Order: sequence, then structure tokens, then C-alpha cells
Amino acid sequence: MSRIHVSATVNGEPVEFLCEPTQTLLDVLRDQLGLTGSKEGCGSGDCGACSVTVDDRLTCACLALGAEMEGRSIGTIEGLAHGDQLHPLQKKFVEMAALQCGVCTPGFLVASKALLDRNPDPTETEVRYWLAGNLCRCTGYDKIVRAVMEVAAEMKETSR
Amino acid sequence: MQQTTYAAPRSIDEAVGLMAASGGAARILAGGTDLLVQMRAGSLAPGAIVDVKRIAEMTTIVEEAGGFRIGAAVNAAEIGEHAALQRAWPGVVEAINLIGSKQVQGRASAGGNLCNASPAADSAPALVAAGAILTVQGPKGRRELPVEKLHAGPGRTTLERGEILVSIALPARPPGSGDAYLRLIPRTEMDIAVVGCGVSLTMKGDTCVSARVGLGAVAPTVMLVEAAGAALAGSRLDDAALEKAAAACRAACRPIDDKRGTIAYRTKIAGVLLRRATLVAAKRAGGH
Repeated sequence: MSRIHVSATVNGEPVEFLCEPTQTLLDVLRDQLGLTGSKEGCGSGDCGACSVTVDDRLTCACLALGAEMEGRSIGTIEGLAHGDQLHPLQKKFVEMAALQCGVCTPGFLVASKALLDRNPDPTETEVRYWLAGNLCRCTGYDKIVRAVMEVAAEMKETSR
Repeated sequence: MQQTTYAAPRSIDEAVGLMAASGGAARILAGGTDLLVQMRAGSLAPGAIVDVKRIAEMTTIVEEAGGFRIGAAVNAAEIGEHAALQRAWPGVVEAINLIGSKQVQGRASAGGNLCNASPAADSAPALVAAGAILTVQGPKGRRELPVEKLHAGPGRTTLERGEILVSIALPARPPGSGDAYLRLIPRTEMDIAVVGCGVSLTMKGDTCVSARVGLGAVAPTVMLVEAAGAALAGSRLDDAALEKAAAACRAACRPIDDKRGTIAYRTKIAGVLLRRATLVAAKRAGGH
């Protein structure tokens, strides 16, 4: 069994890990690096619970191999908060109860941040289409969409 | 069971060498949105995974001879963000950008969508309409083939053992050209086409001087419907010409009956989408 040595960056910190050739990035994050915020829902790219960014590109960690990550920069849910200081999206999700069981929440937050990083002033339609790859079986989506819209509106306010 | 190996070659020659060395047991990894799902489902256990995303030629879009050459492993998100490509080939770009969610778009490639060879592959009808030419490389060297010659049946391509799809070339556009891709799905987003139709045409004033039509999900392979293109060419895209082209599309259909759509439904929709896609393409061409 030859394991592959990979050097990458996770949430801005350099990391090194050994992985099996077929091990997914999701399994590396959870099992090797102890970053269990990214969840496995479907394991086939349908639910978005394992959403991460790779070189700033939103991706399902279950659809990438750990071995591919040599030199790449990975962003996970663990990188959103600064210490005890929650990201505005996290605060708003809590405030507006944009979650119930919480399994899908890390994926929604990572995907929402990727949207606002690209498009700080999205329409509701843009938010709904962007988040179409994240499934939630509890909330009915409405509170999530409203929370993201609210954060965008507040960002606009503070940048004025 | 032998363990799967992983390699990320830096050149196509090296990748072809790895494919040959595996004796047919290797699989190309581009975005992995089909490969990793199949491996997880247990339907595929490759002897070797050859990751082609470190090969520059396969991961870049270049403007070439007035047209574009898209590396087979360029992800859909990058294709969607390429302004010049979007201006020249909006139909091709909209088709590729219909594949999966934003997360999938960040990984999935047009080359992978083609090589997965689903009859319902969204990229294929638009690329067929566009007259895309594929470059493939294998143990016997490089060759080119028109995209409509790639599919052999559901999940099967005409690529020979060890051959890799390297790039997809889109030709230069004469002035007055436009293209469009429309598909029918029962939902608003993220579904598999019941019928997909791509149209690319060139207008001179009110007259369509040439047209190509690609049709998907209505036969074992995505097809070039030459009779439909011929019916549009030389016409003013009046109702008679549109109906003749729609009839040609219906006649080309050899669909399956399944939960997504009956034979009769898919056949009828093929004609409807042809009409609509033609009018969108003509509007983009500035002729209608």
C-alpha cells in the first residue's frame, strides 16, 4: 500500500497529509485532518453538505481526491469564523434560525460565502440558483435565502 | 485486488504513456463528477487514475484561428466566465453551464461530459451544432474527429484504447452568426434532459445561409440532424421552414420510453425545441 504525500493549504495554514490514491478530499479533511465541519450527505455530489473551496472555486469535497490537492488552497467551514468571532453569515443564520438539524448548514455557509465573495449584491433568484446544489430537508430554504439576502444588504450598508 | 494508483502527469505524452502502461485499466480524471461517483457506487474499479488537470493544454482556453480551443479538462465555471467565448458561442456556453450545481460546475468539464457519453449530455447537442472538432491523442499519435462521431452508444465512445480527448475546437464565426441550446426538464434546475436541442446558424439579412442542428436524449447517441439544418438554410426562418426542420427532428428521433418521457412526448418536444432554439439563435445572430 503506497500512500501519497500531499502538501496543501487549508484555511490559510500549510498542511501535509498522507492519503490513499482513491481517498476523497472529504475523507482526508474529516479523518486525517480532524476537520469534521464538512459533512457527508450523499457522497455523489448531489447534496452540497461537503461544500468547500479549492483555489477559491466552490466544489464538493466528496467529488475530489485528496491526492489532487498538492499545492492547492482549500477553504472549509472551519475557516469562516475568526476565533470566537463568527462570520456575518454564521451570525445571521443563528439570528434568523436559518437552520434546524444543522447537517446541511456548513455546506450552505461555504456556498453562500462563495456567492457573496463573487457577487456581493445578488438578487433572490441568483441566491436560489446558486444554492440549488445544497439540499436542506428541514427549513424549506426560505429562511436560508432570506439570511443570505440580509447579510448582502448589511454588507452594502457598511461599505457605504 | 490490485490497488488503484494515482498519477498527475504534466504532459499529454506522459498521460498517454500511463494509459498504455495500464493495459486498458486506467481512467482519466478531469473533474471527477462522473468517475468518482461510479467508483463509489462500485460500478468501476480502475487500475490507475490519470489526473489530467496538471496538463496545460487540457486546462486552458485559447483563441486560435479566429475560433477557440477549449482544453478537455477546463471546468464549466471557467468556461462560463470566459467573456469572449460567451460572446461568440453563447449556446455552447449555456449548454455547458446547465450541467449540475455550482459545486459540480467548479469541477465538471465539457470533455468529461462528452466522454461519459450519456445520450442526454447537455454539452453535446450544442457542440454538434457548433461543428466542434475534437483532438484526441493515443498510442498511435494525434487525430481529429468531428464531435458527432464521438458517441457510439450510451456510455460508449469511438475512442480507441488508450486514447485521450485533449481539446475541443470551435471554428471562427462568420458575421451574423448565433447559437442556442434548449433542453426540457421537469424541474427548473439540475436535472437530466428529456430532450436537448442545439442550433447554430448564420444569417445574411433576413435569410439563414447555413444551419446545423444537434439533438440529444432522443436516441442512443447525440445526433447531427443534417436534414433539419438543410431545411433552415436558404429560408427566412418562416413558419414553413421551421415546420420542415421540426419534422426532420421528429423523424430523427429513436427515443426510449421511460419515467422521464414517453416516445411520443420526446418526439413531439424535439420539434418544439428546434423551433424555439432556432429563433433564439437567430435573434442572437442579429438577423431576426
